[in-house]
Amino acid sequence: MARATFRIWRGNDEGGDYQDYTTEVTEGMVVLDAVHQVQAESANDLAVRWNCKAGKCGSCSAEVNGHPKLMCMTRLNSLNLDEPVTIEPMKAFPTVRDLVTDVSWNYEVKKRIKPFTPRPPDAEDGTWRMQQSDAERVQEFRKCIECFLCQDVCHVLRDHRLHHEFIGPRFFVYSAALEMNPLDTADRTEELANDFGVGYCNITKCCTKVCPEEITITDNAIIPLKERVVDKLYDPLSRLLRVFRS
Amino acid sequence: MDYQTFEHDVLVIGAGGAGLRAAVEASAAGVSVGLVCKSLLGKAHTVMAEGGMAAALGNVDDRDSWQTHFADTMRGGQYLNNWRMAELHAKEAPDRVRELEAWGAVFDRTRDGRILQRNFGGHKYPRLAHVGDRTGLEMIRTLQDHGVHQGIDVHMECTVVELLKDGERVVGAFGYDRERGRFRLFKAKAVVLASGGIGRAFKVTSNSWEYTGDGQALAYRAGAELIDMEFIQFHPTGMVWPPSVKGILVTEGVRGEGGVLRNSEGRRFMFDDIPDLYKHQTADSEEEGWIYTQGDKNARRPPELLTRDHVARCIVREIKEGRGSPHGGVFLDIAWIKSRLPNGAEHIRKKLPSMYHQFKQLAGIDITETPMEVGPTTHYVMGGVRVDADSQMSTVPGLFAAGEVAGGLNGANRLGGNSLSDLLVFGKRAGEYAAAFARDQQAGVVDEGQVEAVARTALEPLDRQGSGEASYQLQYELQDLMQSQVGIVRNDAELRQALDSLQRLQERVKRVEAQGNREYNSGWHTALDLRNLMPVAEAVTRSAIERQESRGAHFREDHLGKDEEWGKTTLVIRQGADGAMELRRETIPPPREDLQRIIEESQKS
Ligand SMILES: Cc1cc2nc3c(=O)[nH]c(=O)nc-3n(C[C@H](O)[C@H](O)[C@H](O)COP(=O)(O)OP(=O)(O)OC[C@H]3O[C@@H](n4cnc5c(N)ncnc54)[C@H](O)[C@@H]3O)c2cc1C
Ligand code: SF4
Ligand code: SF4
Ligand code: FES
Repeated sequence: MARATFRIWRGNDEGGDYQDYTTEVTEGMVVLDAVHQVQAESANDLAVRWNCKAGKCGSCSAEVNGHPKLMCMTRLNSLNLDEPVTIEPMKAFPTVRDLVTDVSWNYEVKKRIKPFTPRPPDAEDGTWRMQQSDAERVQEFRKCIECFLCQDVCHVLRDHRLHHEFIGPRFFVYSAALEMNPLDTADRTEELANDFGVGYCNITKCCTKVCPEEITITDNAIIPLKERVVDKLYDPLSRLLRVFRS
Repeated sequence: MDYQTFEHDVLVIGAGGAGLRAAVEASAAGVSVGLVCKSLLGKAHTVMAEGGMAAALGNVDDRDSWQTHFADTMRGGQYLNNWRMAELHAKEAPDRVRELEAWGAVFDRTRDGRILQRNFGGHKYPRLAHVGDRTGLEMIRTLQDHGVHQGIDVHMECTVVELLKDGERVVGAFGYDRERGRFRLFKAKAVVLASGGIGRAFKVTSNSWEYTGDGQALAYRAGAELIDMEFIQFHPTGMVWPPSVKGILVTEGVRGEGGVLRNSEGRRFMFDDIPDLYKHQTADSEEEGWIYTQGDKNARRPPELLTRDHVARCIVREIKEGRGSPHGGVFLDIAWIKSRLPNGAEHIRKKLPSMYHQFKQLAGIDITETPMEVGPTTHYVMGGVRVDADSQMSTVPGLFAAGEVAGGLNGANRLGGNSLSDLLVFGKRAGEYAAAFARDQQAGVVDEGQVEAVARTALEPLDRQGSGEASYQLQYELQDLMQSQVGIVRNDAELRQALDSLQRLQERVKRVEAQGNREYNSGWHTALDLRNLMPVAEAVTRSAIERQESRGAHFREDHLGKDEEWGKTTLVIRQGADGAMELRRETIPPPREDLQRIIEESQKS
């Protein structure tokens, strides 16, 4: 049987280092399996988050050979096993231990976004009518499994650490789901512009590329939000300019 | 011993659908609420549910009604269900689903813009409100997002290891935070258990590491009764290959959309054995089965959509008799519908996106082209904490239970889709009644002695480093044992062997050790989980020995067929005064007259 080496970051918020572990590799294995194998064989106290093992819960986010990935959906046969496979925690958040990061900031951000506020029900039994096509637009955003890989890869958070001024792609997706829900009546443009920092996004599309749910974060969520901000908050002149530009 | 103390009126243990719904309700009733969960918020098992939630909305077929849903649930449970729970569930599920929409859930729609419903095994009419095949995600996210604005105190990544009592009453819980391993004491006037299932007691399972029977064991040690523990649902379709994904669920929705089961000879073997109870409801040709899945109201459902226990056993039979697939399963084929639908491939990707994804990424298979290989996987526990149907209070005052951890609704077998609706209906009720209970009570007194003892027990595995038994190894052995001897097909000899082995294993579990320190240490966590898995495994095995008949999910090859007496009997487990497990039989009271009539009517049509 083949063996492969995994270079796993071990440490906590005070620092740490990479450690090499060699383990057996069998057909069909994913990175998370290798991590679990290492944990069972030679590092019982290795810290890693996971739940579903099927890409549905968004718990097992990490950086595999430098790429933000769900470990449970990254097959070993997609990696070069002749060299050690590097596995390290996400960089945009503080480290707790080993592969586990403190993602609590994300939960705080969500609390600041105005909740769903539906119009009065359309029918007497308290229900609404919605066309499937309208539902689908919102459903794309509601596929989000809150893995926070998009937050991890976005330079505004990762490099510039603007966590206090910028909510990150995940929460633009969340805002877009609310703003484009045909039943919702709240308006979030003001805070998107002023408190949530939608302007910091310079449309690099890195977030879209890493999203395991294949949500077109930039084109379908962020750009329409930016347009709303411009339409609602800025003067007719900039609106005119946009017309000329397009 | 060092610990941090928190005080809430109501403490909810578990943040899946049941726990979140309970917390939302209790908090809306104006009491202070704490919510504890082992994972991050939004990652509980509920997030994985795929197919949908059952509610007789009648949006797709207006012949549906709560009465039919009730009768289907009772039939599925082989009449061992708590009929009052089945009644409340069927009556209240539609309102609970509509409420989710008011809180922001976006379900798939009918042509006239209402919530769409799909077919599922054992449900007479299309009844499952759904969002593609990620309904659980929609549900948990809706409840979570609604809940964060309600002032609920959430303690994430925190595991409760024991409930605390003041005399007869439960007055709190003790646990540790997983990140740092620090202890936490939660004082509460009422506690709601919503901690889910026990799948990790078995080797092949669709369940995550969280499902170690914590709630069942916590309740048991606190003196509460458990019922129906012999009934474990083995879902017929889990992935079988590659080895690392063995057990991961393939939603019943695949069959609901027209997927068919075939053996290695290409035969639709489900047509070969249709139980009498379901004969009149089942298609007698492939054509009829197909048009049923496409919404023909006059057609009857294909045999692939018979109840899960039956489908699972048929699959086991095919494999045992040498007609299985190369990796020890059978074939589940959805690709064939391309011969019936012009844009078949597109349709499959749209209706079953996460299945498409799952097979593509994990098995390298395109399900629009190639049949899947599937086999049974441990999925759900029907039994659990015994509760009062209306209030969800257990037999211990102040302790409530809702969702998968509670027993009663499902009897001998659960219908697909009845869990998600269960979480909403009984999560709400548990929250409501726990809040009312808390309002009527003075704060209890926490026994410092009990707290010290619990904390010491929790630290023992770390103290034993280098001198005990490894926790992972013990867990593997337990899973192996349960899988091979207390699985889908059972007999007396093997069950008794299993019980012996469990007792020997228990001696070794007493010496379990964990390396390292208290920070995010899953070796230590596994050691503590064993304290829960062991009594739960014992309860399952003892009940399985006792029930000498085959009914629903419990199949005894040495006692084939149903027995009339057992059909009125439920098994009750509790901890005796000497600490040993006690098992007794109890006669189920007959259904209220009007409900009995509904059942009889349904058996005619
Ligand atoms: C893959 C899959 C697909 C499914 N599909 C469907 C479907 O389509 N329709 C349907 O009706 N049902 C489905 N089910 C079943 C259904 O999802 C579950 O029965 C249901 O979600 C259980 O919900 P719950 O709220 O009871 O518990 P869970 O959602 O499992 O939540 C349990 C919570 O308790 C917490 N917890 C546990 N122990 C402790 C402890 N000691 N201390 C603190 N917290 C603790 C956990 O962290 C978690 O937050 C499916 C199940 C699986 C596995
Ligand atoms: S497109 Fe915007 S949000 Fe996405 S990674 Fe780039 S800067 Fe960040
Ligand atoms: S938008 Fe995509 S990448 Fe970002 S958190 Fe959601 S699923 Fe993950
Ligand atoms: S474990 Fe759930 S997404 Fe990887």
